[in-house]
Amino acid sequence: MADAKIRFEQVEKRFFLRDGEHVALGGVSFEVGSGEFFVIVGPSGCGKTTLLRIAAGLEAPTSGRVTIARGDGDRPENAMVFQGESLFPWMTVRENAAYGLRMRGAPRAQIDDVVGHYLDRTGLRAFADAFPHQLSGGMKQRVSIARAFACDPEVLLMDEPFSALDEQNRTLLQQELLRIWDETKKTVVFITHSVDEAVSLGDRIMVMSSDRGRPKAFVDVPFTRPRSVLDLRATPEYGRLFGDIWAELRDEIRFPVPEPAA
Amino acid sequence: MSVDARDRLLSVASPIALFVLWEIAARAHWIDVRFYPAPSSIARTFGTMLANGTLLANTLITLERFAIGIVVGGVPALLLGLAMGLYRPIYAIVDPLISATYPVPKSAILPLILLVFGIGEASKIAMVAIGMFYPVVINTAAGVRQIDRMYFDVGRNYGARGWAVFRTIAFPGALPVIMTGVKLGAGLGLILIAVAEMLGAPSGLGFVILNAWQIFQVNVMYVGIITIAVIGFALTVLLNEVERILIPARPRH
Ligand SMILES: Nc1ncnc2c1ncn2[C@@H]1O[C@H](COP(=O)(O)OP(=O)(O)OP(=O)(O)O)[C@@H](O)[C@H]1O
Ligand SMILES: [Mg+2]
Repeated sequence: MADAKIRFEQVEKRFFLRDGEHVALGGVSFEVGSGEFFVIVGPSGCGKTTLLRIAAGLEAPTSGRVTIARGDGDRPENAMVFQGESLFPWMTVRENAAYGLRMRGAPRAQIDDVVGHYLDRTGLRAFADAFPHQLSGGMKQRVSIARAFACDPEVLLMDEPFSALDEQNRTLLQQELLRIWDETKKTVVFITHSVDEAVSLGDRIMVMSSDRGRPKAFVDVPFTRPRSVLDLRATPEYGRLFGDIWAELRDEIRFPVPEPAA
Repeated sequence: MSVDARDRLLSVASPIALFVLWEIAARAHWIDVRFYPAPSSIARTFGTMLANGTLLANTLITLERFAIGIVVGGVPALLLGLAMGLYRPIYAIVDPLISATYPVPKSAILPLILLVFGIGEASKIAMVAIGMFYPVVINTAAGVRQIDRMYFDVGRNYGARGWAVFRTIAFPGALPVIMTGVKLGAGLGLILIAVAEMLGAPSGLGFVILNAWQIFQVNVMYVGIITIAVIGFALTVLLNEVERILIPARPRH
């Protein structure tokens, strides 16, 4: 790929456990294009979070490497939206959203400006001074997204940001995310369990194998942007893609066989 | 009347009732007034001591020693506790030392403190500082260690390094547990300042109380005891208020 933004090269991750070692990722290689909304779907435990944490620099690969191409300007390399609740409970919505900018020593006026913008875009302006425990699950995820966008990173890494939400909230937030993303066209790596979500959001989808995180298939999503998540789901093209990806995924999902009683 | 209002009324009424009973019992000589002087006579002594300045002077001295001791013991305890909570090797080194010395009753080492620091101000401050140190360092370390690892990942991912990790994650994340330690430490400090002032001090409320016993001025003794009790009560109210202001994020029931 000519203008690859993120390059995963032979990324291997072994966890050393008491009873031997566990290979979570066995030499995974692929590239994500600049400005691409890249979605990874894969069964639980296949190594999605591990891969993203390595890309974020939160975990060191056992071997191989991840490189993120730097654009101009002094931007953070990545910002992550974590799986599960990750807002600081001791900070207000505004302080949470401002965290990345504050840690990078941005001037006060710029912080107020940018954070104000993203609080508006996520409909959180009225809750700027609320604390996380006063918010619904959907609102908390909006703050996490605002926090990630506000620090204007080279790439956005999102680890199942909507998996804890109910169906309606999830659709709503998917649409909001696309709207905000359309304004910035940042490179995104988005992890999900949901084939629905992958097809609705992505430019390209990677199906990850449960066998050491091996990339199993890459699927291009032909839908134009801006998209309406709901309209999209009514099209025959959507149904076809959904079926294709499920077919790839089906072999990867092993149903647990109950242990025979001793 | 609401249940809340009733409870408040009852909790105001019970101490008043006790004083009234005490007064009646003293005047009727049901109790020995040499040991239990009537509240009204204690109040008169209180007025005299207030007027001649001895009460205020001794209270201020005690408060000053107490405040210095709280800072001298609390600040290093806080910093050490944060470091122990954040860095495993520091915890591994310091924790056994703390665990080994913590169970020693603090009042039992007063003679040692007097030996080391002399009978001047330093020994009084040291006693308060020791009382404050242990609960704060133990709670701070425990408070930091119970913070979900994810918050430190978030901090790292968003560029928090060094001191910023202390300030934005470790300290606020551990604060509810730290405050419990501060309350315990302050309470212990108050006990220890009273004890320390009874041994080798020419001033302070502890001295007032002990001296009153030596010269058998029971009224003065009561004034000293009540003053310390009031300080203890005010301290609790103050620290609860500080806690309320510092920790607004905690869901309240
Ligand atoms: N710190 C660790 N120590 C040992 N094993 C780990 C560790 N972190 C992850 N693993 C293992 O590595 C594998 C991949 O984990 P990972 O969290 O990346 O999966 P995932 O695809 O994100 O799953 P999910 O969809 O459920 O979030 C799992 O088998 C997990 O048990
Ligand atoms: Mg995961």
